[in-house]
Amino acid sequence: MSIWVLRGLRDGVVTTRWPARPDDYADTWRGPARPLPAAALSPDPAAALSSDPAVALSSDPEAALEALCPTGAITAEHGGNVRVDQGKCILCGHCVAERPDLFAWSQGANGPGAAALTRNQLIVPELPETDEAVEAARARLRARTAALRRSVHVRHVDAGSDGSEEWEIQALLGPVYDIHRLGVFFTASPRHADVLLVTGAGARGMTVPLRTTYDGMPDPKVVIAVGTDAVSGGLLSESDMTTGGIAATVPVDIWLAGSPPSPFGIINALLVAVGKLDPTPARPAAPSTSTTGSRGGRRSR
Amino acid sequence: MMTPGVKALGDEIESRVDVGDRFAGLFATRPAPAAESAGAAGTAPITLSAHVATPGGIDTLEASLPPGAESYPALTPRLGAAFWYEREIHDTFGVVPEGHPRLAPLVRPGSPETPGDRALPRHVTGYGMFTIPHGPVRSGVLESIEYLVETPGEAIPHLNMRVFYKHRGVQDAFAGMTPAKAVLLAERTEGVASVAHALAFSHAIEQIAGCEPPTTAQLVRVLHAELERIANHLDVAVRLADAAGLAVATARFALHKERVMRLVSRLCGSRFGRGVVVPGGISAAPLLPPAQLRAELDRLAKPIAADAAALMATSSFLDRLRGTGPLTPERARQHGALGPIGKAAGFADDARLVRPYDAYRALAVPPGRSHVAGDALARLRVRWEEVDQSFRLLRQVADDLSERAPDLYSVTCEPPTGRAVGWAEAPQGEVLYDVSIEAGRVTRCHPRSASFHNLVLMHEVFTSDILTDFPFIEASFGLSVAGVAL
Repeated sequence: MSIWVLRGLRDGVVTTRWPARPDDYADTWRGPARPLPAAALSPDPAAALSSDPAVALSSDPEAALEALCPTGAITAEHGGNVRVDQGKCILCGHCVAERPDLFAWSQGANGPGAAALTRNQLIVPELPETDEAVEAARARLRARTAALRRSVHVRHVDAGSDGSEEWEIQALLGPVYDIHRLGVFFTASPRHADVLLVTGAGARGMTVPLRTTYDGMPDPKVVIAVGTDAVSGGLLSESDMTTGGIAATVPVDIWLAGSPPSPFGIINALLVAVGKLDPTPARPAAPSTSTTGSRGGRRSR
Repeated sequence: MMTPGVKALGDEIESRVDVGDRFAGLFATRPAPAAESAGAAGTAPITLSAHVATPGGIDTLEASLPPGAESYPALTPRLGAAFWYEREIHDTFGVVPEGHPRLAPLVRPGSPETPGDRALPRHVTGYGMFTIPHGPVRSGVLESIEYLVETPGEAIPHLNMRVFYKHRGVQDAFAGMTPAKAVLLAERTEGVASVAHALAFSHAIEQIAGCEPPTTAQLVRVLHAELERIANHLDVAVRLADAAGLAVATARFALHKERVMRLVSRLCGSRFGRGVVVPGGISAAPLLPPAQLRAELDRLAKPIAADAAALMATSSFLDRLRGTGPLTPERARQHGALGPIGKAAGFADDARLVRPYDAYRALAVPPGRSHVAGDALARLRVRWEEVDQSFRLLRQVADDLSERAPDLYSVTCEPPTGRAVGWAEAPQGEVLYDVSIEAGRVTRCHPRSASFHNLVLMHEVFTSDILTDFPFIEASFGLSVAGVAL
């Protein structure tokens, strides 16, 4: 057994200190697509000269733009704003590849849209009424989770995932992310759990087991929808065999987009859930000229 | 009801298997655009399609049921490997394979809200026998599946599996999609083998269109497929070391797995290689230059090999694996066991060698060693050999890529109409996609993962094992439930 003692020391400390310290991998993480700040469907002929014939030849530029997205995450108002619902984005990159003038990847595991407190908060740029709704949701969450800060127990339920979200949650227990350093622990029993991590599009067969698990948890409890499938159903939102996201079965507190989300994104959601991180990203003013990803101005307390 | 068509199909498969071909799958279709729900006697006749793997490719054999037929003579009594396939057909269309030993729901929950009946099926009766229902919500971060373990206390005379909990309707969701969209769903059919599923789907489309991806694209496809294999095998090592309580080994292999996934994300932006493979080639060039890729590979390979060697010299660990969950070579051959499970029991049918595709045709794929033990230890040995083999392939790919001038990454591949079977060797074994296209849209797509074909073998490997061996056997299979329930 002594060989393992020496092997354990071989690479030194590999554990990230994020979010207390910056982490390159977290900060450069490629998140869901977003419209560029100035993205509005201009009536000028630039769009008509697009290299993509489908866009250029279409007499209906809004519809052509919306058709770029396989899950219908893009909405374009006539002559108005282009919005991306990141809760539907499966990160296929079709829009970024076809219209780099309008769309880009969001950057960073704590970027805008990560760990949203309301479903609408995942829509960028934000809808007019979002701020008040988020504020109200935060107040409700804070009232419930004030007691959970120092020791949080998490239960996971797979409600029809593709298997990749489980890998990313398991990674939290590995040496790189080591979720225990943040006072977060996984538990087998719902009776001991404060937080429910739910993955998958909401398979019908898992409706009852998921609800039973949720009901078995003591109050206060927090539910995190992990991944685009859990938020909206993703590519399977129309399937008869799913409920198009898990919100039809359990009330969701934190919405986390990604297909799958990165382990950093899941840590971020967990910390927001229990009030260890301020979930308000410092959003730039709406018509910003900046083209870089706007990062949240959050700090660990 | 006697159906000569089905009987002839059974005879044909049997005679093909006798001469060394492999039964690779069976499914049913009803030509109507929307499949009728179970029980409703649709007028369109049901067609059974069987896949048989030959050294050169995958053959499709078909038989039609008479119109209105609601049953046919089951193939399972003469072809054991059809056991789950016929249950899936029964689940989906309600037709009864007469003589099938057990037609309980497998992939579709009994009714939308309350899956299955609550009564637990019992197969073994006797003094002190009881059933441990394990799942679908299990301890740990695992996919949903229910194991019904029938036991007198320690031994496991019988195991039942109910996989339908996470059935998502993937197969039906393919209908109506364009190939460009459908490949995204293929990636999400079995998320831990995204690249292999995207490859198998794309191969089917390319076969219909008769197009060939550019050489660079073929190399990049192999690059991602092999990195996916290494990540999956490391995941199995993590789970086995964890089951044995080796904390340091668990952490070491988790670290290696994380490093491999980070390399994948540095290459393409996704930790699972998603969005890389598209019908006709790849979507974009790798984000890392080949020289840097080569350096990263060297940095990964050595510590993985060293830790693997240390694990395979840890006697307390090996004791738990040796003789655990054995699959006999005879059963592996009869069933056509895929991937590492088959290889560990002397049945190796690696698509990369036997039915090569993409750059595997040009690369020298080193053949693996032969094993006959068929136990969890042999399965792990096969995985380490495959990791070693993958690194050798990856170095060849990196070298080839650095010598190549940039060329096209994809060719146009938009076939109007046709049907073909595509395949790829996932970390779990061969993945098959039977795809039909009409007017540029997918009308039917039947994915068959290695997980589906192999998981049924869990029934048979508990002959001499007890409850505490369960996590080792499950981990050593290394399958994903997402690929089973679809």
